[in-house]
Amino acid sequence: MRLGYLKPGDQLPKVREVVADLAINPNTVLKAYRDLEHKGLASGRPGQGTFVKATLSKVGLPEIAGLRRTLRAWLVDSAAAGLDEDGMVALFSSTLRDFRERRDEDDPGAALTPPGTVVGGVA
Amino acid sequence: MTMIETSALGRRYGGDWALRNCTLTVPDDHLVALVGPNGAGKTTLLNIAVGLTPPTEGSISVLGGVPVGSPTALDRIAFVAQDMPLYRNLSVADMLHMTRNLNHDFDVAYARRRLDDVAIGQGHRIGKLSGGQRAQLALTLALARHPRLLVLDEPTASLDPVARHDFMATVVTAMTDDGVSVILSSHALAELERVADYLVLLTGGAVRLNGVVDDLLQQHLLVTGPAGSPVDPRWHVVESREAGSQRILLVWVDAPGASLPEHWEARTVGVEELALAYLRESPGYARPVAVEATR
Repeated sequence: MRLGYLKPGDQLPKVREVVADLAINPNTVLKAYRDLEHKGLASGRPGQGTFVKATLSKVGLPEIAGLRRTLRAWLVDSAAAGLDEDGMVALFSSTLRDFRERRDEDDPGAALTPPGTVVGGVA
Repeated sequence: MTMIETSALGRRYGGDWALRNCTLTVPDDHLVALVGPNGAGKTTLLNIAVGLTPPTEGSISVLGGVPVGSPTALDRIAFVAQDMPLYRNLSVADMLHMTRNLNHDFDVAYARRRLDDVAIGQGHRIGKLSGGQRAQLALTLALARHPRLLVLDEPTASLDPVARHDFMATVVTAMTDDGVSVILSSHALAELERVADYLVLLTGGAVRLNGVVDDLLQQHLLVTGPAGSPVDPRWHVVESREAGSQRILLVWVDAPGASLPEHWEARTVGVEELALAYLRESPGYARPVAVEATR
């Protein structure tokens, strides 16, 4: 949804399909779908399934394609400079962190995650 | 409805208590993982719940107040024991025939359909089936009784990774299709991460953790801070270790989402990390953490 692969009206896989394919607890799948519904991103139609209602990306597909091209050019340059994949990820992450910090200093209200909160991530 | 409710349940074998003072409430519509070291009392608890072993002390009821071992309980609970008990010299068809004659309401059509789905021919002798196929057959025989509660004792312990995945896929699909509740014991913590949404952790015959997985994960944090710095009084330390200049604690918190003291960082934990910490914990920490079911 973030990258525009799923568009409003698209059907999400049925709970049973996800459960059977991934061998995952049905309550987990139901909860994920409920979360999407609460966020207004999907809606359930009784007897039919769950459908995408909104899009996450405010950026249009052509813009995303353009950004992807720029990013690919950057990746080519990085590889040519001798960075391996881990190096690229590290450089991107640290630059993103700098970018976020600078933006937060300019506009403290826009902080993505307030300081001191727990950053999620399951090991 | 509660699937299993025990109060001060205990079972002694000779002079040794396999299970002691076990008080537990397990709600339905969950896949409950029963975790603990060898000898923690997992098999004993499951055997008592299905009516195979009478308790020495305490009480237990199943399916919302039904006595263990009563005809209702026997009809609505299906059990697959650790060693997948099947008659190896019978054919699959004969095993189906026998199971039908030994049970009320055994759904032969359902069993045949399921066996077709997993490509097990009914003419085969059970002894010739692979371990994964035998597990699927035992599971099919259990599910064809349309139980409300399916009890599995270390069902995937002897299976290869693909057979494990297929077995668990069958179990979770039965939850969606038939609304069966499941309780299973397992050592495969990584596998439980995906399938279990309710965790019961036993050590030394007593319950240490009991709750909905999401709630338990929310209430525990892995916090890292400088070595020697004091522990926040709101943290209940489950496991503590020092690594170089760092102090790493797995803690249970009263208020998830509260701010952290300076110089400390925190992250959430997964089922495997959480269970490992409790399994490794020092015997001094004796307070069980009970979380009310949220539904």
